[in-house]
Amino acid sequence: MDRRSTLKWMLAASAAMPLLARRALGERTAAAQPEGRGYGTDPDLTKIYHPGDLWPLTLTRAQRRTAAALCDVIVPADAVSPSASSVGVVDFLDEWVSAPYADQQADRPLILEGLMWMDTEASLRFGRPFAELGESSQHAICDDICYEKTALPQFARAAKFFARYRDLTAGGFYTSPEGRKDLGYIGNVPLLKFGAPPVEVLRKLGIDPPSS
Amino acid sequence: MAGTHARRPYQSLGRISLRNGPYDFKPYSRDGLGFDWPITYDDVAPYYDKVEMLIGVYGSSEGLENTPNSPPGCLLPPPAPLASDLLTQQRATRIGVPIIPAHRAVLTQQLDFRRSPALLHPGNLKAQKIIAADMQRRAACFWATPCGRGCSIRANYQSTTVHLPPALASGNLHILTDAMVSEVRLRKNGLAEGVTFIDKTNGSVHGVAARVVVLAASACETVRILLNSKSAQFPQGLANSSGKLGRYLMDTVGSSLSGQIPLLEARPPQNEDGASGDHVYAPWWLYQEQRAGKLDFARGYHIEMGGGKQMPGVGTMKGAEWLTGGSYGKKFKADARRYYGSFVGFAGRGEMIPNEHSYCEIDSTVKDKWGIPVLRFHWQWSPHETRQAAHMQKTFAAIIEAMGGRVKDGPTLDGAKAISPGGYIIHEVGGAIMGAKQESSVTNQWCQTWDVKNLFLTDGAVFASNADKNPTLTIMALAWRSAEHILDLMRRREL
Repeated sequence: MDRRSTLKWMLAASAAMPLLARRALGERTAAAQPEGRGYGTDPDLTKIYHPGDLWPLTLTRAQRRTAAALCDVIVPADAVSPSASSVGVVDFLDEWVSAPYADQQADRPLILEGLMWMDTEASLRFGRPFAELGESSQHAICDDICYEKTALPQFARAAKFFARYRDLTAGGFYTSPEGRKDLGYIGNVPLLKFGAPPVEVLRKLGIDPPSS
Repeated sequence: MAGTHARRPYQSLGRISLRNGPYDFKPYSRDGLGFDWPITYDDVAPYYDKVEMLIGVYGSSEGLENTPNSPPGCLLPPPAPLASDLLTQQRATRIGVPIIPAHRAVLTQQLDFRRSPALLHPGNLKAQKIIAADMQRRAACFWATPCGRGCSIRANYQSTTVHLPPALASGNLHILTDAMVSEVRLRKNGLAEGVTFIDKTNGSVHGVAARVVVLAASACETVRILLNSKSAQFPQGLANSSGKLGRYLMDTVGSSLSGQIPLLEARPPQNEDGASGDHVYAPWWLYQEQRAGKLDFARGYHIEMGGGKQMPGVGTMKGAEWLTGGSYGKKFKADARRYYGSFVGFAGRGEMIPNEHSYCEIDSTVKDKWGIPVLRFHWQWSPHETRQAAHMQKTFAAIIEAMGGRVKDGPTLDGAKAISPGGYIIHEVGGAIMGAKQESSVTNQWCQTWDVKNLFLTDGAVFASNADKNPTLTIMALAWRSAEHILDLMRRREL
C-alpha cells in the first residue's frame, strides 16, 4: 500500500471506523511486514497480467461455486445493478486469498475455513451444499452469522468470517464499473472546472450558497 | 549533494503546504519550552514566497494569528469546497473552530510563467528561461486521478516532475542513481572531501569529491550518514562536537476521528473527486485560551479534513455493521447507497516539543544489507503531546456532534491511546538542529554545520522545533535560503 495517502482514501474506507481511528492523513499503514523470504519486487507495471500469472490461484471448482453463491446472497442482482459474481467478484476473491502480501495472507485461512463451514453447515441443516440451497435456506444460515454482535457463541467464528467476506465482496463489487455506477459515483473524469455543490444540495443542508 | 531518494520522501504526502508563523520560530521565547530558531519568520518569508510561486500552492490569506498571509501573486485560488466541507464549516464555526481554504501544492490554474521567473531567479536569465518554459509544461488540475499515484499532467507538486526536469535542463545536474552513501569523508584541513557510496547494483565502493557537500537524505538518514562518518577529529560522528547529533528527533502529533452524518446521506450524484485532498482546513485557533492558561498543554494543532463521494475503494462499506445491523442482500445494497458519501474524517496534526528522550544513535550490532550500521531509535511523548491528542479527539467529536453525526465507538479520551505512535505521521525532523551557538546545535542558521564549513544539511534534520505546520514547505524555503548562501560564499571564495 502507499506509504502516504490523503484523507481521500481514508474516506474511501468509508464505514471502517476502527481502521480510520488508526489511519489518517500521511500515516503509515498498520499492515505488518511479511516475514521470511518476502515476496520480491513489484511486478512489471507496464505489462498486463491475468489471474494466476503472478502467483497460483487457490480456489477449487467446488470452492468457487460456494464463493459465488455467498457473494450473490450478499450482493444479489436488483433493479439497479447486477450481482457480485456476475462482475467478477469470485475472481477477485480468488486473487485476494492467493496473493502473497501480509494483509491478504492474514485473510486466507479465515476465508477458506469459512467457505468450508458454509458447506458443512448447509449439509448438516439441509443435506446439500450451500450453492444448491434455495434462497430461504441460504438466508436461514446467513441470518445466524450476519452480525457478529448478536450472533450466538457457537456462530462466533462463522460470523467473523461472514463479516470479512461481506467486506471483501463489497470491496470487489463497488470497485467494478457496475458497482461504482450503483453508488452514483460519477468522478474519475477530467473536468475543466471544479464547481461548487449544486444549490439544491446546499439548500437541503441548510447552507447559503457561497457568494463566489 | 547526497540524497537517498530522488523523490524526496516528504513529497509523497498530502501536499499540504503551510508556512510556519512568527511564533513557530521562537517557541522557547514564548513559553520556555524547546528551542528558538536562530532565524525569524521575516528571514524565511521571502523564500516561502518563492517556493509557493515555484511549486504552485492553492490557498488564501485570512489574516489569522500565527497563520501567515502570502503576498499577492504567491498563491493560486483554492478549489470550491465540497458540500461536506461547507456543512463542516457551518457547524464547526458555531463551536469556535475556523474553517478556511487549505494550502496544497496542486495547480488550480497555470503558474504565472510571465511574472514569476524573474522573481524566482533575479538576474539569472538562463534560469528564468528554463523555469518559464517548464511552468508552461505543467497543466492545471483536471480534477481526476489520485495525486498520490503521480500526475501525468504535472498539476501536482512532486520533486520528480517539478524540480528535476528544469534542473536537468540547466545542464548542471548529474544524477547518480543506485548510489547508497555510507559516509562523508574529511580532509586533513577539516573540510569535507566528498562522500563514499556503494553502487547498489554490484556492491562496489566508490567516492566522489566535492567543493561543497550538501546532505538532504531525509532527517534520520542524514543523521545516520554523519554518525557513521567517524574520524580522529570526530570520533562521535562528523560535525558532532556539540554531541547533539541524533538528539531532539521530532514527529507530528497525530490523531483522527471519523463520523457518519445523516444530513449527508442520499445526496444526488455529484463529482466530488476534487483536488485529491483537503480543500479546507482549520488552523490552530486557541492562542488566546492557551495564553490565558486554559489549556493543559503547550502548542497547537491544525485539523485536516475530508468527506464526499470519493472513488469507491476496496474498503467501501467495510465494517459498516454498526450502521447496517449486519444487513446483506438487497437491504445491504440499499444501505450502501444510503451511507456512501455520508462520512467526514478529521485528522489533527500538532506540534511536538523536542525532548531529551526522543533521539537516535548508531546500533552497535545491526547493519543494513550494504554493511552500513543502522539507527536505533528512542522515543517518548511528553504530556504536552498526549494531552493535545486527547484535545483533538474531544474537538473532532464536538464537530461531528454539531453536524448531527455519530461516531462508531466514540472519541478516545485517553491521550496516550489517541496519539499515533512516534514516526507514524512521517514528519520526522530534528536530529541535527540549527541554533545560535556551536555548543548546543549542529548547524548555524544557514544549515551549515558549525564544525565543517563546507558541509550543509538541507532537509528536516535542522528543524529546531516542529510546528503543527507540515514540514515540506519550510524544508524547501530553508534549502533555497541555504543554497543562495552557498553561492554567495563560493562567489566570495570563502568556500
